[in-house]
Amino acid sequence: MTALPGHRAGLAAIADPTRVVFVALAVVILAGWGLVALDGGQFLTLENIVGVQQRSAALGIVAVGQTLAILAGSLDLSVAYLISLTSLVAAEIMAGQDAGIVPAVAAVAGVSVLVGLVNGLVITKLRVHAFIATLGVALIIKGVVDHLYDGPAGRVPESFQHLGYDRIGPVPVSAMLWAVVALIAWFLLSRTRYGYRVYAVGGDPEVARLSGVRTDRVVIVTHVLCSLCAGIAGLLLASRLGAGAPTVGTDGGYDLESIAAVVLGGTALAGGRGGVAGTVGGVLLLAVLDSVFNQLEVNSFFKDVVRGVVIVAAVAVYARRTGMLGRRRA
Amino acid sequence: MRRALPILAVLAVLLAAIAIANPFFLEPAGFLAFVRRAAPLVILAAGQYFVIVSGEFDLSVGSLVTVEVVVAARLIDGNEGATWPVLALLIVIGLLVGLVNGVVTTILRVPSFITTLGMMLVLSGAVFLWTGGAPRGALSETFRVFGRETGWAVLVLAVMAVAAALIMRADFGRTLVATGDNERAAALSGVRVARARTLAFVLSGLAAAVAAILLGGFAGVSAQVGQGLEFQAITAVVLGGVVLGGGRGTVIAAMAGAFTLEALFTLLNLYGISGALEFTVQGVIIIAAVAAGALRLPFLTPQRVKGDAHAAS
Repeated sequence: MTALPGHRAGLAAIADPTRVVFVALAVVILAGWGLVALDGGQFLTLENIVGVQQRSAALGIVAVGQTLAILAGSLDLSVAYLISLTSLVAAEIMAGQDAGIVPAVAAVAGVSVLVGLVNGLVITKLRVHAFIATLGVALIIKGVVDHLYDGPAGRVPESFQHLGYDRIGPVPVSAMLWAVVALIAWFLLSRTRYGYRVYAVGGDPEVARLSGVRTDRVVIVTHVLCSLCAGIAGLLLASRLGAGAPTVGTDGGYDLESIAAVVLGGTALAGGRGGVAGTVGGVLLLAVLDSVFNQLEVNSFFKDVVRGVVIVAAVAVYARRTGMLGRRRA
Repeated sequence: MRRALPILAVLAVLLAAIAIANPFFLEPAGFLAFVRRAAPLVILAAGQYFVIVSGEFDLSVGSLVTVEVVVAARLIDGNEGATWPVLALLIVIGLLVGLVNGVVTTILRVPSFITTLGMMLVLSGAVFLWTGGAPRGALSETFRVFGRETGWAVLVLAVMAVAAALIMRADFGRTLVATGDNERAAALSGVRVARARTLAFVLSGLAAAVAAILLGGFAGVSAQVGQGLEFQAITAVVLGGVVLGGGRGTVIAAMAGAFTLEALFTLLNLYGISGALEFTVQGVIIIAAVAAGALRLPFLTPQRVKGDAHAAS
């Protein structure tokens, strides 16, 4: 490790990066408002605010789950394919019937728990690195989905589509669902023993183990929760599309995008530091950026370039702030 | 070499299985055709190995390959005379992208997973911004010779493989492994950690450029030419027994891993498991192979095997 940078690497130096993301969010909103106003448009319209929430809900829910996995020192690359799979499971079981909703949700939960269990067990019991384990599971799901389906399948009844499209005042139902998922995760992380264990395992698995934490169990539970979040996102997307689709998860790039959102929210990729609040900020930041670009009618490829730069730049800023502590675990 | 033995054994079994199903494979032409098909992935795996053994990831190689091919097609546009300058430019682009990845990762201290993920977005966005959404132009015949002619492809592969092996035998190779094994210990013993890692990324960029030249010749121009190659390369490296997180494994084993992956694809095709289920089989085999590798040394490397690997980044 090279010499310390100019500032002290004491605990005070770790100004919570999760707060930084909200500052960045405010800056982006202001800048977007200014730019759109210059362009002769209106940015803070009801339509736009609802649009941002609509756009971010699915990614937001996945990213909350991804936050848990990353905090525990793991990560999940299988979420995108799991989203596709659960959207298909949901729409096929519902088959346009209201009576199918409950069994469909139950089946999605079952599939998600199963995938999460497999991820967790492969990582902990077979000691496969999370990157490879979840990539392998992703390939397995992809093969099954692509083998069985060529295009959209199943049908979601009208009543279930309320989840995707309705809103109460300025708040879409999907955003509320996201809020509920985020609140549950926040509660788990900050108010329960499980939460403390997640931070302990992510911080240093060996120390956690020696302190009596059953690290394997924590990682498995975390992956089950992460997969459940992906399943919820699958349900939400199915309700939006009115059917299940084999590419809905990968088209949205939910795997890498959710990881980017989590890291943008100040959670350390190495685990052990960060939280759900930052992730919510990260997802909103990406959605607001998207909305600004849409208003300015910016080329979608240019959007990708800016998004890439923003993600790297943000993490570079966090790395400066956290200083040496961030790299000590190597 | 001893650590490369398991993967070489697996490779031998797979090759034998292919030969049984398809005797043409035993003839030089058949075998060399297989080598040519595997060449881009093997080269990418060698590049990815440098990055992984130093404790990092390079997720940008897939989109880098796409960028190189699309850039080549647009600039050459069927003009034979432009071939050599463009080939040189492609190599420079590869080196530059690697340099940026390395500098952002080491100097700005962004975890390489994020650096190269951002680079992936920037590269694919930028190139299609430039070409207006779809690849345009065409490659020249001279350009396509490298990927299309078996002799050339095998020669390029051989040169790259020997160079990679020599790099790992030189001092640089040792410092790279030391960096990935224990960054702090390496730094304290005088290794310039940041420089070693940056060079690893530059080598990975170079490998992507060469792979792109072969793939462009072999498969032609498309917007999807590099899709998913980053994951395939990482998978190949890991199949070769190289540990994510750095410090373990050899480049020969990584390249053997790439051959194994390609042999696996060939075999699945031969036995009629084509299309989608191929992915499922691939997923199961990757997990099984890595699990088998990890179970052998569970007590020597307790934390590294688990989620700790990206801690190094």
